[in-house]
Amino acid sequence: MSNFFNKSDLTRQDADKIVSETLNNCDDGELYLEESKSESIVLDDNKIKSSNYSSDLGFGFRAISNEVVAYSYSNEISKDSLKSSSENLKSTLKSIKGTYNHEIPKSNKKFYEDINPIEQKSLNSKLEVLNKVNDFLRKKDGSVKQVTASFAGEQKSIEIIRSGGEALTDVRPLIRFNVSVMLEKNGRKETGVYGIGGRQSYDDYLKNDNWKNVCEEAFRIASVNLESKPAPAGEMKVVLGPGWPAILIHEAIGHGLEGDFNRKKTSAFHNLMGEKVASDGVTIVDDGTIDNRRGSLTIDDEGTPTERTVLIENGILKNFMQDRHNARLMNTRSTGSGRRENYRHIVLPRMRNTMMLSGNQTQDEMIKSVDKGIFAVSFGGGQVDITSGKFVFNCTEAYEINNGKIGSPIKGATLIGDGPSILKEVSMVGNDMMLDPGIGTCGKAGQGVPVGVAQPSILIDKMTVGGTKL
Amino acid sequence: MVKDQEFLKSKASYCLDLAKKMGATDVSVTVGHSISETVNFRNKSLEASDRSDGLALSIETYLGKRRSSISSSNLLDENIKTLIEKCFETTKITPEDEFNSLPDKNLLAKQISNLKLYDETRFENDKKIKYLKDLEEAASSDNQIINTESSFTENKSNFILANSDGFCDGYKTSSFTTSCVTVAKDEKSMERDYEFSSKRHLSDIKQASDLGNKAAEQTIRKLSPNKIGSEKINIIFDKRISKGMLSVFASAISASAIARGTSFLKDKIDQQVFAKSINVIDKPDIIKGMGSQNFDSEGVNSNTLQLIENGILKNYLVDTYNGKKLNLQSNGRSGGNTNLYFENGNISYEDLLKKNSKSLYITETIGHGSNLVTGDYSVGATGFLVEDGEFKYPVNEITIAGNFKDMFKNITLANDLEFEYSVNSPTMMIEGMTVAGK
Repeated sequence: MSNFFNKSDLTRQDADKIVSETLNNCDDGELYLEESKSESIVLDDNKIKSSNYSSDLGFGFRAISNEVVAYSYSNEISKDSLKSSSENLKSTLKSIKGTYNHEIPKSNKKFYEDINPIEQKSLNSKLEVLNKVNDFLRKKDGSVKQVTASFAGEQKSIEIIRSGGEALTDVRPLIRFNVSVMLEKNGRKETGVYGIGGRQSYDDYLKNDNWKNVCEEAFRIASVNLESKPAPAGEMKVVLGPGWPAILIHEAIGHGLEGDFNRKKTSAFHNLMGEKVASDGVTIVDDGTIDNRRGSLTIDDEGTPTERTVLIENGILKNFMQDRHNARLMNTRSTGSGRRENYRHIVLPRMRNTMMLSGNQTQDEMIKSVDKGIFAVSFGGGQVDITSGKFVFNCTEAYEINNGKIGSPIKGATLIGDGPSILKEVSMVGNDMMLDPGIGTCGKAGQGVPVGVAQPSILIDKMTVGGTKL
Repeated sequence: MVKDQEFLKSKASYCLDLAKKMGATDVSVTVGHSISETVNFRNKSLEASDRSDGLALSIETYLGKRRSSISSSNLLDENIKTLIEKCFETTKITPEDEFNSLPDKNLLAKQISNLKLYDETRFENDKKIKYLKDLEEAASSDNQIINTESSFTENKSNFILANSDGFCDGYKTSSFTTSCVTVAKDEKSMERDYEFSSKRHLSDIKQASDLGNKAAEQTIRKLSPNKIGSEKINIIFDKRISKGMLSVFASAISASAIARGTSFLKDKIDQQVFAKSINVIDKPDIIKGMGSQNFDSEGVNSNTLQLIENGILKNYLVDTYNGKKLNLQSNGRSGGNTNLYFENGNISYEDLLKKNSKSLYITETIGHGSNLVTGDYSVGATGFLVEDGEFKYPVNEITIAGNFKDMFKNITLANDLEFEYSVNSPTMMIEGMTVAGK
């Protein structure tokens, strides 16, 4: 746990006083203090290409009155700096008065340990694993032409000080291990990428040669793609595999259910609360409480304990994801979804681990039911236009389905659909829900935050596949 | 006020001296300071203000051919000392890499010319508020516009780059950026579009009402879109999309992608990669240019490069490390391209629209569908169907796909190039791409 008050002339009493005095006539706000330590070690092209360590320290001071948010940050934690931020906030809100809401829910549950993953493992042992990865893949097959492997670790300590002196703290570990391999055969080059991660120590990945599984998976994806044919173009049935393909859920409906877009009525979902937005049997939750998951949080970045928020229950839209600001303006409560990339950014309502729950059909049944379509197993990234509801995601491993049978692999193609209607096209929900391997980062308004997704296999009756083959 | 050169220089030399004292054979340090102030508006009233004030330090230490780096925002001497110790300890156990080195001394920038990248004008928040009021007034004048969000950001930055070969230089830059996002609604649909302007000097920013009107107009025309069938079609890329093709090209010719063998343009120097009529220039010394620089992120002097001459690839974008790997001299492009542009084509915008009886005019793409290894391209798109030179109706929920290797060879450019951003392109037509729709 960081002590933010032994670094300069700023004492906790000073901070409490400045915070209370600044936020007295505001509706909400807080002082957010953050210290993070991170490392990144990259092996590329047979060499350790970079080893970087970084440390970051700073505060963000926020005051909210009515609909106006004033924010000021600095990486100098001192009395002067905090006072000048305070002046800056007051000048923005000078003519708007509010009543401070002191209420904030409490919980003593924790979803990860107070550890610093960087310090737990020596640099040498990490370098050793990266070199083993490189040797393993290059020896595995003559077609391996390039290997990139990396470790990224972080420990972030935060403290939130609210008006009246209430303080909330959290220490968040996060790690990621990634392998990318490029193969070349008969003049064709293809890459395969796989990674794992979560809020835990590196140990789970370094023990039992677990890194080998990551290598095998990256190699397998690249090998499949070496045999790929041009993807079809047009509307067809799509079977999605379990796990990571749930970024479909994240893009197609997740963003559209974030509180800010609905308060502003710019989301395609803003007038659909209580309405049927998905087929029967489709239930989607956003859960910040799963142990050690990448998207989990003990408290969010406003200090609210996270929870499991039901977004869609059996096809009916039940809840939006809320931070305190949007919740207050929409007369509801925060769902513990207020997040920020770091102290440089304002809080926004964001996803945590977004999951579609299992149904009772099998993947086999889905594939057998398709005459012509595609089976998508793995994806790169996705994106959505909140307002029109149109979303895309890019396949990195997919196959054609002909007459109920899986056929040849197809080249990476973009799939496009319409968020508010896509879940009504879900005609089968599998019994095989799986969590993603812990690699997702979600971008919104220039801020990246770690997230998770999960889903079972699903069959979508109609989606547009953006290949080149007509 | 943004910190002055003297302050940054004193921090940089403190770091250099300390690392040298610890035994580093070479050191490179960057110290920067940046202050930004943003005002956000929504539906004609103030929504948020945001002030940021940030210092940033990054240090690379070398021990012979071993190298590692640290970065931090905490510039207290005590913290710097701890970090440099950590950095140097890491350097000692990082394996050697024969290509690690500071840039060649004779390539370092010798003099700094005044490119007018800094405008000291303060645009107080009250003035930003007035600008955004005018902007949103214009943007919301049509009653189909149901939401407007706009912002104005003023940024002032300063930096010093110093290395143990005696290089020590830096300069101030400024930027003023304003943007407007509008949402329009009719019975059938809700659509969003935007317009923005970003300049080094305040006086060059577009007039508020022009920006607001443009955003609204671009949004309203997207209402009630249709989906079209899947077919081979000629595609016209609006300037804001065609410049993205240049960014893909720049990534594909970065020395790092070439050295790793992960670019579809590897080994293509002196070969035809674009249509014969195409010329691509990267020019670092444009006065007030958003991508202008006096030297690259390693201190290497950067000159204008003709990247494509009559369709033929002439240069990669080379930094020191990857240059050594490829046996090429750095051309001052560590950190990538500077002001990158296609030279004008020789057909007018109107004639380009009329060139075919039917084409698809793309104004927005979504998704990350560019594969630099294979050149495959597939993205979601929004735009308009154009028949006989006329915009017929808006189109969405489609994808467009092709392969850059073919696409680049089938480019026709209009003659409407403007220098608005750091990457600029005229309107572009590519024949024979695949659209997937119904």
